Amino acid sequence: MSNGNVPENIIHLRDLRKVYKSGKVSVEALRGVNLDVPKGEFLSLVGPSGSGKSTLFHIVGGLTPPTSGEVIVGGIDVGKVSDAKRTELRRTSVAFVFQKFNLLPNLTARDNIRTALYIAGRPLDKFEDELRNVLELLGIEGRLDHRPSEMSGGEQQRVAIARALATGPAILLADEPTGNLDTANSQAVLNLLRDLNERLGQTILMITHNDEAAAYGHRIVHMRDGQIAG
Amino acid sequence: MILRLVWENVRFRPMRTLLSLMLIGMSVNIILTLVGITQGFVADMRRRSAGTGADVMVRPTGSSFGTGTNNTIPPTYVGYFGKQPHVVVSTGIMQVAAGRVFDMISGIDQAAFERMSGGLDFQEGHGFVKPRDAIVDTDYAAQLHLHVGSQLKLQNQMWTVCGIVGTGKLGHIFVRLEDLRDVTGATGLGQIYLKVDRPENVDSVVAALKATPQLADYPIFSMKEWLDLTSVDNISGVSIFLDVIIGFGVCTCILVVLMSMYLAVLQRTREIGILKSLGATKRLVMTLVLGESIVAGIGGTIAGILLSFLARQVLKTFVPASLPVAIVIGWWPKAGAIAIASALVGALYPGWKAVRQDPIEALAHE
Repeated sequence: MSNGNVPENIIHLRDLRKVYKSGKVSVEALRGVNLDVPKGEFLSLVGPSGSGKSTLFHIVGGLTPPTSGEVIVGGIDVGKVSDAKRTELRRTSVAFVFQKFNLLPNLTARDNIRTALYIAGRPLDKFEDELRNVLELLGIEGRLDHRPSEMSGGEQQRVAIARALATGPAILLADEPTGNLDTANSQAVLNLLRDLNERLGQTILMITHNDEAAAYGHRIVHMRDGQIAG
Repeated sequence: MILRLVWENVRFRPMRTLLSLMLIGMSVNIILTLVGITQGFVADMRRRSAGTGADVMVRPTGSSFGTGTNNTIPPTYVGYFGKQPHVVVSTGIMQVAAGRVFDMISGIDQAAFERMSGGLDFQEGHGFVKPRDAIVDTDYAAQLHLHVGSQLKLQNQMWTVCGIVGTGKLGHIFVRLEDLRDVTGATGLGQIYLKVDRPENVDSVVAALKATPQLADYPIFSMKEWLDLTSVDNISGVSIFLDVIIGFGVCTCILVVLMSMYLAVLQRTREIGILKSLGATKRLVMTLVLGESIVAGIGGTIAGILLSFLARQVLKTFVPASLPVAIVIGWWPKAGAIAIASALVGALYPGWKAVRQDPIEALAHE
């Protein structure tokens, strides 16, 4: 996909459609989305509830297949591969940061990160050395032995970001990462995401309602009624 | 890491884990206790048969090992056997049910029985003095809180305890042979025991008796042969009984684990979604569920073994004579294998549910 000085598109969507069926009712969540995301870009996807941004997030992350269209993520056509291949995509190429943090509640921060590494088939013993920069950047080195219930929302989200980055994913998908945080923590997390993008070249696709948060990205894409609005 | 995940899951919900372990433990305990009762019963039977001091046993026609006896041997045979070469004691006994489960009354000729067995070991009281006197062993006395002078209802008659003897000789309750004949109306004997002058003559005595045409229909055993036959496998119905109990145990374990793991999967819907979002394979998700069920199986086995000691102590306290319980260590691995295998089977459906869980729905689960 690389062509001279033109950056490689790590996400390439063409005429992407997704229809959810519930009994006899069909809901068209995505209606022909076209989008290219170059490697290393920090893209903010903004739109109201029901605009289809979460569905897009789930399809790009390999959590659900599209109904039709082309979805190339990290060189894999997500729409044409098996469930097992989509699982592999989540294991190797994409990582999620959720609004509700989604840390495993029974594990410490360290074990949450180690779980992601284990699933990805990465060595577990040296992760703290290898992730020293990230852990320092996130400021959670002293919180690794704490369980989620013992941490603030901001700390939990930073652990979630560390977990997402631990496996070295090509794409970081962040779904309303500041939705459950106060202003100070929101700004801290957004600064972190921008730092990660600028310092490590991490590709980030962030969904948000918040225009202020969206402004941290290089580019803002608006969605409305299942389509890219601009 | 799998072990860590499984262990943390088990640890995170201690009450659910404890309940699962106790429920599996109850199933394991039922299996171990019933096996223990069966084995204990048989071991007690062997001990008491050996305690008679007899060398040869003659059983009624139509009886065999593993079936109950019927009191049909003519009493005159006692005298006949007593006159055979090398036989130094010949005594007949009669056995009837006492009216309580597993308890038998033995009608004996006390003098002859004591000569054969080396004497009853009186802990309290003395031998038969008057009609309707009864001697009980220490186990039976403890079970029914009996002392010398206590009244005991057997075969719808009141008997007076005249002596309490050490356990391990033939039965738990002894009465005079003539009293039992009188009460039951039966005239025959259930068994005739013979004591032989020297151990090396036992086989020749048995061979000679078996060669006697009039005794052709009577099962005749050396006591060694009889004791060798006294095993769970040779008592009719016991193996089937154990199989049925094990079957119930297996079913209970499966249902307990199914319910427990099903609830665990429901409780952990979101966590399963998180694992899937991280790229966990179906195999890993299934492994975690099955791993947890193995922990439940192992923990349940340990709980069951501990409970079997408790059950033994309770039975030993309340019914030491009727239900002698053995701790059958050889069955611990079997019970463990049953519990773990059942737990794995019980976890298959919840595991399948977890594997099939849609990650998006799971992540949206509150």
